[in-house]
Formats: sequence, C-alpha cells, structure tokens
Amino acid sequence: MSNQLFKIALAGNPNSGKTTLFNALTGLKQKVGNYPGITVEKKTGTIKLSNDSKAIAIDLPGTYSLFSKSIDEEVAQQILCNKDNRDYPDITLVVADASNLRRSIFLLTQIIDLKMNVVLALNMVDIATKKGLIVDVNLLSKKLGIPVVAINARKGKGIEVLKKTVINSLGKSPDYPFLDVGKLFKGAIQKANIIRNVENNYASFMALCKQKLSGEIENRCALNQLCKSEDIIPERAQAKETVNRYSLIDKLVKETVKQGEPIGKYMITKRLDDLLIHPFYGYIIFLLILFVIFQVVFSWATYPMDLIDGLFVDIQMFVSQALPKGLLNDLVVNGILAGLGGILIFVPQIAFLFAFIAFLEDTGYMARVSFITDKLLRNVGLNGRSIIPLLSGAACAVPAIMSTRTISSWKERIITILVTPLMSCSARLPVYTLIIALIIPAEDYFGFNLQGIVMMSFYMIGFVAAILVALLLKYTIKSKEHSYYIMEMPSYKIPDWKTVGYTIFEKVKVFLFDAGKIIIAVSIVLWFMSSFSPGDNFEKIEKKWKGHENAEFNINADKLEASYAGILGKMIEPAIKPLGFDWKIGISLITSFAAREVFVGTMSTIYSVGDSNVKSIQTRLSELKNPDTGEAFFTPAVGISLMLFYAFAMQCMTTIVIVYRETNHWKWPFIQFVYMGFLAYFSSLIAYQLLS
Amino acid sequence: MQCLAELSIGSTGEMVRIFDNNLEQKLLEMGCTPGENFEVVRKAPFGGPVAILISSYILSIRREDAKSIEVIEL
Repeated sequence: MSNQLFKIALAGNPNSGKTTLFNALTGLKQKVGNYPGITVEKKTGTIKLSNDSKAIAIDLPGTYSLFSKSIDEEVAQQILCNKDNRDYPDITLVVADASNLRRSIFLLTQIIDLKMNVVLALNMVDIATKKGLIVDVNLLSKKLGIPVVAINARKGKGIEVLKKTVINSLGKSPDYPFLDVGKLFKGAIQKANIIRNVENNYASFMALCKQKLSGEIENRCALNQLCKSEDIIPERAQAKETVNRYSLIDKLVKETVKQGEPIGKYMITKRLDDLLIHPFYGYIIFLLILFVIFQVVFSWATYPMDLIDGLFVDIQMFVSQALPKGLLNDLVVNGILAGLGGILIFVPQIAFLFAFIAFLEDTGYMARVSFITDKLLRNVGLNGRSIIPLLSGAACAVPAIMSTRTISSWKERIITILVTPLMSCSARLPVYTLIIALIIPAEDYFGFNLQGIVMMSFYMIGFVAAILVALLLKYTIKSKEHSYYIMEMPSYKIPDWKTVGYTIFEKVKVFLFDAGKIIIAVSIVLWFMSSFSPGDNFEKIEKKWKGHENAEFNINADKLEASYAGILGKMIEPAIKPLGFDWKIGISLITSFAAREVFVGTMSTIYSVGDSNVKSIQTRLSELKNPDTGEAFFTPAVGISLMLFYAFAMQCMTTIVIVYRETNHWKWPFIQFVYMGFLAYFSSLIAYQLLS
Repeated sequence: MQCLAELSIGSTGEMVRIFDNNLEQKLLEMGCTPGENFEVVRKAPFGGPVAILISSYILSIRREDAKSIEVIEL
C-alpha cells in the first residue's frame, strides 16, 4: 500500500472521544466544511500511518445508531451504507467509551453486520478502571471477530498501535455477523437482497425498515410490497432487532467486563451535579458564568481589538504614503485594507467566546446548562443551548451565531440565529453614546444617572424584542421534526486543552476564509459607492474649494454628498423623512451597512461641510439647526427614533454573511434583513410621530 | 400502569415499554431495553427534564416524553 491514499471513517457516539482521537491522528492537517446542501459540519484530515502510507480521515457526526433520526445521523448513515458514496471508507474506526461499553458498542455491531472493514478503538479505559470496570480486550476482539485496540485519546496513548492495526487490517472484513438478521427475519431478508441486487443482509434490513438509503427509490415499491407479504411492520421489526441486538451485547459484556469496586474519585460527578444543577444555586452559578463570559468577550477583547485597529491604521498610513496617489492607492487603503481590518477586528471576540464554549462543552457542563434551562427557553421557541448565543450577542452577533451549531434542533437553531442580532451588540454602543449625549441631559434622577438609564433601556428593548420575535417565530416556522430532548449527561472531565485550542483555531479559520471573502467583496462595493460619482462632479468640487481654508474637510464632505452613496441617501430621504431623518443621516444609514460604528465617522465627515473650525462631532451635531423650524435638529424625538432604528435594523454585513454560512441558504439572511428592517422602520416612525 | 414521569428522585425502576414510536426506537438504541434497571437521579426545576442512571451512564429525557415510558418501580 505504498503512497496510496485510502479513506478512514471515524464513527462513534457523541462524547466517546471521537473528535479528540481525530485531532490526535490528524493534528492541524484538518479541513472543515459543510456536506453539500446541508449545514452538517464535515471534518476531514490527513493521517500519516507509517513512513510510506497516508490516509484521509473523515470525522463522522456522533451517532448512537445507523438508523437515522436527524440530519447528522443521516450523514453518517449515507456514508457508511452506500458503497457508491464518494466518502465511503476503506476502513472504519469505531471509537467506543470503555466505561460505557454496553451502549457504545451497539453502533459497532451494526457496522460489523454491514460487513465493513472495521477496527474498534477502545477509549477511556482509565475512566472505566475508576468505575471499577475491567475490560478483557483480547477476549472482546476474539468474540467480535475484529481487531480491538485500547487507547487513551487525550494522552495520546495507543495511537501508534492503532495506526499499525489499521494498516494490517486493510482489505479484511468480519467473517460473520454479530446479529444474523437473515435468521431473525427468515425469508424476507433474502428476498430483499434479491430486490436490491446485493448480498448484504443488514443493509437490506435497513432498506426494508424504510431507511432512505440512496439510490433505492426505484426499489421502494417492491420493498413495501415485500413488507406486506412477509407481514413486516418496519417500526416493530426495527424494535425487535434492537432488543435482540442488545440481548447479545448484554451476553458479550457479561463475558468480557469484570465489575469491581469503584474508586472514590468517580463520585466527583455526583457531588458537582448536586451543586451545578441545584434548583437554586444551579441557576445562580450559571448566571455568574454568563456574567464572566460577557465581561471577557466585552471588555478583555477590546485590548487585542484596539491593537488590531491601531495596527491597521498604521498599515493604511504606510501604504497610502508608499503607493503613488490615485485610484489604486484609494482602493487598497480605503477598500481592501479597510475591509480586511474590519474582518480581523472580530477575531479576538470569536476566539474568546469559543474558548469559553469549548471549555464548557469539554468539561461536560454544557449538557447541564441544557438540562436546567430547557423547559424555560422552550416556552419561547428557543433551546437550552440558545442562552449562550443570545447573551454573547450582546457583545457581537458574529461569534454568537457561529456558536449555535451546538443546538441540535433545526427549528430552535434557526430561531436563535434569527433573533440574536436584536441583542444590542458592542458596535451599537458608539452610536447610542453619541446620541444619548446629544439628547439626554446628564442629570440624576432618584440617584441614577439619566443617560445610564436610557442606555440600559435600549439594551432591554433589544432583549425583549428578541424574546417576542422568538415567540412569534415559534408559531410561524413550520417544522416536520418533533423536537426530542434525549441527551447523555457525560461525567465531568478536566478539559482537554488541545481540543479547546483546535476549536478556537478552527472557528477563526472558518470565519477568516469563508466569511472573509464575501466581506471583502462587499467592502469594495461600499468603497466604490462612496468614492465615485456620476459625471465630473468630483472635479468641480475640488475646483470649488481650491485654496480655501480647511479645503480637505469640505472636499471630503461635498464628495460624499455627490457620490453614489450620497445620491442614494438623497433618494431615500422621502422614505425616512417621517422618521425625522434627513438625507445626511440617510447616507450614514447606508455606509453603516459595513458596520454600525461607521455611523459616527460618516456623520462627522458629512456634517463638517462649510465649517472651518475643527470641532468634535458632538458639538457640531448639537449646534445643528433644523432649516424648517430654526430649532435644534437633534430633538429627543429624532434621537430616540434614530436609536430605535439602530437597535433593530440589520446593519451589519458580517452578520448577514455569517447567517448565510451557518444556514447554507440566502433565504434566512434575507428574511432576517427584511423583518429587522420593518421593525426598525415602524418603531422609529411611531416613536418620532408620537414624540415630535 | 406507572410511567417514568411519576417516579421521584432516588427511586429505582425497570423499563417496560415505550409508547411513542420515534421515542421508542431512539431510547432502545441508547440502551433503554425492556427489563433494564435504572435509577432516577435528577429532576430539573419548573417541570424540566428527568435524568436517569441506566446501563452506567446518565440519560436525560423531557418530562412530557417520560409520560409515555411505562416502568415498574422496584
């Protein structure tokens, strides 16, 4: 097998340590993508098995059985049951939890029955020993008729032996099935084999039980007829088969596992659970953890973010001076580099949030969070796991939406994705700060700072809107799947830092490369819109201000007005006038689409026109007069209306791109953009009309 | 007939039958076969899920779903 690439599939239950083994085998040579057309994550990597053989490994979604009930399980089923699938493995590596052998070899025995070439990697033998369980590996291997290797994926023990075993087992498949379905359902299976034109009892049994094996549509009718004539009810047959399989497994476990006395340490899980899922303290601790996550993502991340920001300002300065002045210079500096900086700025928040999530997931705490919050959140159409994305949305919606992958129910995940951007993210903060300072007096009411109260109310408005919209979506989004919550609560573990590290690395990589491309493209479009104008308008502007004091300020402001963005801003003025906005705010609304905080910059450029004194944006805006009334332009009505618009409108292209990536469909970001736009427009309209 | 939802924390029982078809298959595959013993270890507040210790691991199931699981208290 020299220099030949063959395929290895890693299969196993969730929490079996499958991903840890995958990381140990492949290292950083991993690729993460999606299976075509669906959002199930596809992880592949290269394994160096020996000096002259390499393999491509695919990490299948965690599953308890080959009979699929969710998209994740369907992926595993389609790959393992269909020889024509392009990911069909030459050899399957099943990872099983030794401390829970009975349940974790169920899947293995099904794969054996498919006559696949299979090796069992027996993981977590150390935990089994603590539980007092001693597994006779040799006997297990003999009884199953396949190679069994004891490993410790976390510590990297047994990996070399495993690799050798894989090489030696290539091309061999089990001699006999674990459970003979041909005997269990006499006659029917043979006939199904004939219909399907294959000699694979278990695959034919699965096909009989209405499993959607690909390329079987034309056999469906004949198989249904066969069920009728042989008196087979698929659900009953499947249950019968499962029960029979378990009784064989029970026999096997009895022979190969010796139960001794558990070692004291195993009790840790129970003690921790007494505290962490306590009806009162459980929630308090969870709130504390959320508070810490929020603090870190919100405040710690600002240091690296400022660093990146500063670095990009320096690079932009350098490049703009190094390149000859002109269009190319402007495109590189204000289009590409600005876009690139706008992407990299998200990396610290993504890294911090995923460090926490991977940590909580890996210790086993996340399963407890679902346990105590499931009922509460399900009332509003969300899931126990929605709470982390929702709250981290208050820092930034981008990492928050990326973290919804842990929600297994499709509908609850979509609802979480759709409402998360309503939470007031940190990019809204500069907008709120600027406007509040303009319209709210810095007075104390009952000992509270009024500006602070208004700021907090806007955070609350976002949260309440998110819950209400979730509730509405719960009744409008139709879903065929019945959401079950059947979940294993794994024992607590000290997190595997490598797994945490891989998760951060992978999420940052996916964000930079997948979303980055689209974001750069949109940045360039926005740059184009604000730096070009029809005809020779720009030259006229430059002539007009030539030799004038503060010419650059005025030129920039006038140019923005004459640009395509400016034209668009004026075009939408009739639509936004009832909200109390003029065309200048209109331009800011358009440029803010790149990122909300751009609002402040645009406002300061556009309102600087004709003013020769350098002033802060705040003084400038407060001096502004309404041409119709002669009063201050920024009345409380305009301010509140503008803040409501920013609270609800989907003005963040990065979020839109991430929603597309996470849902694999432009439909969802579109729906989100439209509903949030409606919400923004009408709440601003009502607020302005009532207040003015 | 007794169902899983009725059992209190600390009590042990034996699986008998699961009435919901999809739930049945899923739980069978996870080792909740008839005759298997278990212990109720946790119940989440506000009518949240139930956690049982079965074939040496902890499994949590929604309270509503636990109503369609027939058991015998031991």
